[in-house]
Amino acid sequence: MATVAGERLFGKAIKRREDPRFITGRGQYVDDVKLPGMTYAAFVRSQHAHAKIRRIDASAALKHPGVVAVFTGKDMTGVNSLPCGWDLRKEKNIPGVVQDLAMVPHMPLMSDAARHVGDPVAVVIADSQAAAVDAADKVKVDWEPLPSVTATDKAARAGAPQIHTSAPGNVAFKWEIGDRSATDAAFKGAAVTVKKRILNQRLVANAMEPRACIARFDTATGELTLWVTSQNPHVHRLLMCAFVLGIPEHKVRVIAPDVGGGFGSKIFLYNEEVVCSWASRQLKRPVRWTATRREAYLTDAHGRDHVTDAELALGKDGKILGLRVKTTANLGAYLSTFAPAVPTFLYGTLLNGVYTIGAIHCEVTGVFTNTTAVDAYRGAGRPEACYVLERIVEAGARALGMDVAELRKKNFIPRFSGAYQTLVAVSYDSGDYAAAFDKLLQMLDYKKFRAEQAASRKQGRLLGVGFSTYIEACSIAPSKLVGALGAGAGLYESAKVRVHPTGGVTVYTGSHSHGQGHETTFAQLVADELQIPIEQVDIVHGDTGAIPFGMGTYGSRSASVGGTAILMSLNKIKEKGRRIAAHLLEASPNDIEYVKGQFQVKGVPSKAVPFGAVSLTAYVPHKYPDNLEPGLEETSFYDPSNFCFPFGAHACVVEVDRDTGTVKILRYVAVDDVGKVINPMIVDGMVHGGIAQGVGQALWEGAVYDEGSGQLVTGSMMDYALPKADMLPLYETDRTVTPTPVNPLGIKGAGETGTIAATPTVVNAVVDALAPLGIDHIEAMPLTSERVWKAIQAAKAKR
Amino acid sequence: MKLPVKMTINGQKVSHEVEPRLLLVHYIREVVGLTGTHVGCDTSQCGACTILLGGQAVKACTMFAVQADGATILTIEGLAKNGELHPIQQGFWEKHGLQCGFCTPGMIMTAYQMLERYPKPTEDQIRHQLEGNLCRCTGYHNIVKAIEWAAEHMAGKK
Repeated sequence: MATVAGERLFGKAIKRREDPRFITGRGQYVDDVKLPGMTYAAFVRSQHAHAKIRRIDASAALKHPGVVAVFTGKDMTGVNSLPCGWDLRKEKNIPGVVQDLAMVPHMPLMSDAARHVGDPVAVVIADSQAAAVDAADKVKVDWEPLPSVTATDKAARAGAPQIHTSAPGNVAFKWEIGDRSATDAAFKGAAVTVKKRILNQRLVANAMEPRACIARFDTATGELTLWVTSQNPHVHRLLMCAFVLGIPEHKVRVIAPDVGGGFGSKIFLYNEEVVCSWASRQLKRPVRWTATRREAYLTDAHGRDHVTDAELALGKDGKILGLRVKTTANLGAYLSTFAPAVPTFLYGTLLNGVYTIGAIHCEVTGVFTNTTAVDAYRGAGRPEACYVLERIVEAGARALGMDVAELRKKNFIPRFSGAYQTLVAVSYDSGDYAAAFDKLLQMLDYKKFRAEQAASRKQGRLLGVGFSTYIEACSIAPSKLVGALGAGAGLYESAKVRVHPTGGVTVYTGSHSHGQGHETTFAQLVADELQIPIEQVDIVHGDTGAIPFGMGTYGSRSASVGGTAILMSLNKIKEKGRRIAAHLLEASPNDIEYVKGQFQVKGVPSKAVPFGAVSLTAYVPHKYPDNLEPGLEETSFYDPSNFCFPFGAHACVVEVDRDTGTVKILRYVAVDDVGKVINPMIVDGMVHGGIAQGVGQALWEGAVYDEGSGQLVTGSMMDYALPKADMLPLYETDRTVTPTPVNPLGIKGAGETGTIAATPTVVNAVVDALAPLGIDHIEAMPLTSERVWKAIQAAKAKR
Repeated sequence: MKLPVKMTINGQKVSHEVEPRLLLVHYIREVVGLTGTHVGCDTSQCGACTILLGGQAVKACTMFAVQADGATILTIEGLAKNGELHPIQQGFWEKHGLQCGFCTPGMIMTAYQMLERYPKPTEDQIRHQLEGNLCRCTGYHNIVKAIEWAAEHMAGKK
């Protein structure tokens, strides 16, 4: 899209600049990279949920034509466990720790035992993909199968199979937040209390591009290059070099080229990436691995998987007096990179929601099971918190006989900007929760719907509306704060802005785009700030060889944290440009302003130097200030002072078929407040996709393990129900805009809101539809027609 | 054992000797080197590998390369002519019908045959015809809009 100098691009819905390569098939994803002499890796994985490894015999595989090598865990000497980057231990003064986190080992190839189906125990490397796969079948593993446990609520029971010797009773940690005694007191004084068991089932991220990596060790330079499907290439490099392989970071280059979606699952350091990197150094040849979708289901970190008992205490007037939450969180067989943070600091801290609450107490037990590791999946902890709160609030309203919209309105935190201290540690940045909800009710025409619903109920139809008024914490995160909470990393972002002699600008950002559209939004930001045509701006991301450092993209942090880092560098560029221009104009730098792409004497547009002339002067410094370095390139690191807290209100209208239990979505309406917006088209797209994933959890998705065998029953796209085009409606979206005071851009973050809001919205709608049958709660998701039909039958039997 | 295959892909004649078990999609990606056609699953659900084979939208993971011997194939790389985007490609760009871009080639090739069958598709028809293509980013909203845009502009050109 052609733009002109001085055109304001912040806030404009311009078309994406990355799209031409994707719509013509010229994107370059990891599996598209072909290198000379490339070898192919195939992993030998456990087919048992839990089994001791007695012996591995690779002799037949080694004889297979084309096989280059077979490695087992015993071959990988000097290689350490995959690290867990979040600590929860009392000795580290991490708040809320009741029982220390058990840091269990997680070797790249397991040698002692396999602890979930899909656990890798050996790798075969061959000249062709087919030879590697064929030979992997010939690796004989002598297994001693052991009993397994997969269910969240059974892992810590007496007599459950023990998964790690260092985690007695399969308890990974115990943690709490809030005020127990104040909460107990609040419940004593309540007019109405409700208690519900609320299950948040396990999900699989299902990025459309399966994980992949190619490792190439260059014997001449001693450098290793790793192409990998990563949301955060520098984090991958740091974890792999410093913790697992012990190789120097400056000799490793990690490239995350076009990446086909992440949703959290590509944040983490995985076994395969480490094994291929290590093997390439051994073999001195490139080693490539691409997950099959079945491998993706078995090994990509899963999400959610909570069992919660939630209680709400209400006054007669509908005021929320107390919230008590007890959650068991399934972490899977090992600790994935950021796993302990998700059901603790990303969960308990969001239970205040958008409400004024009397008292809150939440306790969480993390458990190990014989399942794939669980970590951040879009929303990560926040959807679980929102689901608990928005479900229990509606249950409370029903118990009190109060309209669900009315009860919410009575309890909203009043509009504020600056700080609202919650009862669960975090302090919100700015909010106007009632405004978003009012707008939603208007778009929905709530009163009219209730009248229609009453009429349709007389005809025997089951129509329902559900809401969620959600909050989310993003723009992750202040380094000092997360450090005090157990993070092993800082969570700032970096940006290098290079102005070329002829006025072109290249931005090297530590954020990573895997669908978010940074090449467009960041360029808009730069073109808007410098008031130069967007064609003069390029965005480079995803390469540790080009970018100073970066923490990557997750937690809806790219625009707010990554964007602010870019802004800081642009401000430095302008400041230096002002000094150069002042010299050229024979004026004082203090008298120079930057207007419409030129440096000018304040109020005198005729006495001006264009941006391009200043950049050229910076590189051809003949007429140049003394004591000023040539060149025009600035690097900044931005560390936010707080999280940002987007919020909003979603509504869904459904009709349930009383004979089949099938849920049909009639309308989906969303009002989101993500602060200021660089590109509304892109933000709307994010919201759409987020809603689809949230609806998916409510109605169809769920990872299911067979309890006896520990097999993942939903281990393919044939078995795991992903939402399809004909299962979803068009979404009606709008926004309110409450800028955050946390960063100078006023941006909060938009990547996860839809997913957080949609799940409770849809479930609340279904429960509302079923209310005439005496149903006020359904414990488990997804609300498949079978589950809804059973609820209807159970309700009928009760009557 | 290898068998000879010949086909015409995007107007170019290609011939190779391949293993009989080689899937057509792997032939296109790994042997011919056209990597715009993607592999997103192993059960023929995702549709990322959709191509046009003899004018029919086909998931290239559902057949062997040797079964396509003699076929005329169009992949995403062959859709734009002389640097000019096909209206479906343009529609995906105009209406923000993609985010990560991984499902996009398959979506576009599926839309190609859809619009031959239904030049003026209803929203329901578009959604039903997309049943064999999964997208995890867009929630399908803008994909529907993109195909509607393409249908309007293709009708204008005829």
